[in-house]
Amino acid sequence: MKVLVALKRVADPDNANKVKISSGNDSVDTAGLEWKTNPFDEYALEAALRLTENGKTPKKREGEVVVVTLAPKEGETMLRAALATGADRAIRIEATDADLDGRLVAYALKSIVDAEKPDLVLLGKQAVDGDSNQVGQRLAELLDWPMATFAATIKEEDGALLVGREVDGGVSTLRVKLPAVVTVDLRIVAPTSVYSKLTAAEAGFKHGDGVRFAPLPAIMAAKKKPLDVKALADVAAGNQLATKYVKFERPAQRAGGAKVKDVAELVEKLASVSKVI
Amino acid sequence: MSDALVIAELSEDGKLKKSTLHAITLAQRALPALGGSFSILVLGAAATAAAAELTGFGAAKVLVCDDAAFAKYTAEQFAPTVAAVGKGFGLLVATATTFGKDLLPRVAAKLDAAYAGDCAGVAVEGGKVVYKRPMFAGNVFGYCTLSTPIQVVTARQSEFDAAAPSGGASPVESVAKAAPSAAAARVEFVSLEAVKSARPELGDASVIVSGGRALKEKFMEVLEPLADALGAALGASRAAVDAGYAPGDFQVGQTGKIVAPKLYFAVGISGAIQHIAGMKGSKVIVAINKDPDAPIFQLADYGLVADLFTAVPALVAELKKRA
Ligand SMILES: Cc1cc2nc3c(=O)[nH]c(=O)nc-3n(C[C@H](O)[C@H](O)[C@H](O)COP(=O)(O)OP(=O)(O)OC[C@H]3O[C@@H](n4cnc5c(N)ncnc54)[C@H](O)[C@@H]3O)c2cc1C
Ligand SMILES: Nc1ncnc2c1ncn2[C@@H]1O[C@H](COP(=O)(O)O)[C@@H](O)[C@H]1O
Repeated sequence: MKVLVALKRVADPDNANKVKISSGNDSVDTAGLEWKTNPFDEYALEAALRLTENGKTPKKREGEVVVVTLAPKEGETMLRAALATGADRAIRIEATDADLDGRLVAYALKSIVDAEKPDLVLLGKQAVDGDSNQVGQRLAELLDWPMATFAATIKEEDGALLVGREVDGGVSTLRVKLPAVVTVDLRIVAPTSVYSKLTAAEAGFKHGDGVRFAPLPAIMAAKKKPLDVKALADVAAGNQLATKYVKFERPAQRAGGAKVKDVAELVEKLASVSKVI
Repeated sequence: MSDALVIAELSEDGKLKKSTLHAITLAQRALPALGGSFSILVLGAAATAAAAELTGFGAAKVLVCDDAAFAKYTAEQFAPTVAAVGKGFGLLVATATTFGKDLLPRVAAKLDAAYAGDCAGVAVEGGKVVYKRPMFAGNVFGYCTLSTPIQVVTARQSEFDAAAPSGGASPVESVAKAAPSAAAARVEFVSLEAVKSARPELGDASVIVSGGRALKEKFMEVLEPLADALGAALGASRAAVDAGYAPGDFQVGQTGKIVAPKLYFAVGISGAIQHIAGMKGSKVIVAINKDPDAPIFQLADYGLVADLFTAVPALVAELKKRA
């Protein structure tokens, strides 16, 4: 199976409360925050690696994993890390976040899919900076491919994937014929979430918990793996940006911090001060 | 001048979901910029009852497409018809449930429309609709405009009140099902395993009791009595879900459910950025944690530093005394 994985770099999500707003309120300033791979995209990559290997010999890839990003030159650090963990090739489309919205990203990815012809495109369910949650769905429509969003489990069948999706109220299961688009949710990196055809038969095999880390020799070897660079204009098919952010603002802070000494005081305050019980 | 179209969400058994009423409110607030009216589109197999329920909200029309193909939801089945009907409108709105978040971006792509997801507000400025969107786990609000002829958005349920019935009787009209896309033939709905519960849904609940990693295997044993005493819905942190203590659809947070009840209990939850993003809009927040420095206390109106395994049963007993 050939899998294309879309990776976005985001400002350190565990420090999202340190994001600043420019003095003109017209841009978000993430200076001082480290760039990380969007966590959901790391999970998508991990799922792609699991789907393209036989669990018994993880170093032997049964297929190809290509990673793609729309990012400035510095985004190549993220691509090299992905190559080190097992991806075979990387593509970077030169762009900054200000050049992009979900619509343009989807058009650009469609061009890459047309050229690469993967069996599966894996994406995160959302980029945790813009929290937009749209690129995978849009890409599936542009390709007229079936999709399974918010995937918590993937099992490969003949020419299809059985995908368990986390939805409001429970788990919905879809069978999508390949080629398809899948966006992944948090639970996709649990030890028994993803099985390729090869490993599914091996009852009892479990993956590690979470994403894998690259051993040092692999980090060195990744420097020699192919990384192509393309211009946005060449892949965006003449489309222009259609989302314009006119202003940014910080939400009001909550005035919390008060303590109660015991449950009696808590119940008393909830009843007579806040009047919520 | 243009009109808005609200996409209704039905449950598995064809009943109208209350979440739909929140999208109606967003549409109503955007109307001054659009200059037109709003209509509602209902897709389902046996959707007439749900459509009838929607006639009292002041819509110009309630459009129904009743077809066996809509018995089970897949975006591939729904998107062509929503897009075909939506073509005649300037704004398409649904609520940002997993249904809305799955379907509307796909519809947007079909219409080449820009999409603003999970909107927390709309304003009308200079004749344009400006959408207010939480970004960076709710640490920034971005205000955006969409420049495509059709705009597609989803509404964050906790930020828009449910529309109240306004009386009147909107005409119900049937619309044709659009020809399915190639993708629809390549996706098969296999099952929906619903978590059955007599409790209110997280999105609608006025009281929520959430538990974290600290609950361990005793998640239900400890929290159910408290939820029962308060008539509350149950929620959880990611860590509690990942560990298997609570089901996936309990997760509250940036990437789970966004809630804003009048009373929220965070029990054995540290208060990570991603969790806070999903509950900081709650009116009153109670935190129970044995670590006095847990970040959740900075946010809580009432913090109780205690071992939850003794504090929660004591709290239940205290509540029962009052009842
Ligand atoms: C991409 C991404 C998305 C995420 N999305 C979400 C999301 O939507 N929602 C979410 O919740 N998280 C999310 N997270 C995870 C988040 O970062 C935290 O890891 C998680 O919220 C921690 O859960 P917790 O508070 O239950 O666990 P912990 O952080 O381990 O906290 C447990 C707490 O319990 C307290 N405790 C322990 N024993 C007791 C006791 N006996 N009595 C009282 N207190 C006790 C401890 O002091 C501690 O504060 C996301 C993470 C990533 C990377
Ligand atoms: N600039 C980008 N480069 C590569 N992939 C992206 C980019 N933006 C979004 N994606 C992919 O689309 C997913 C959903 O993003 P979004 O719709 O922006 O929340 C992400 O998890 C990525 O997999």
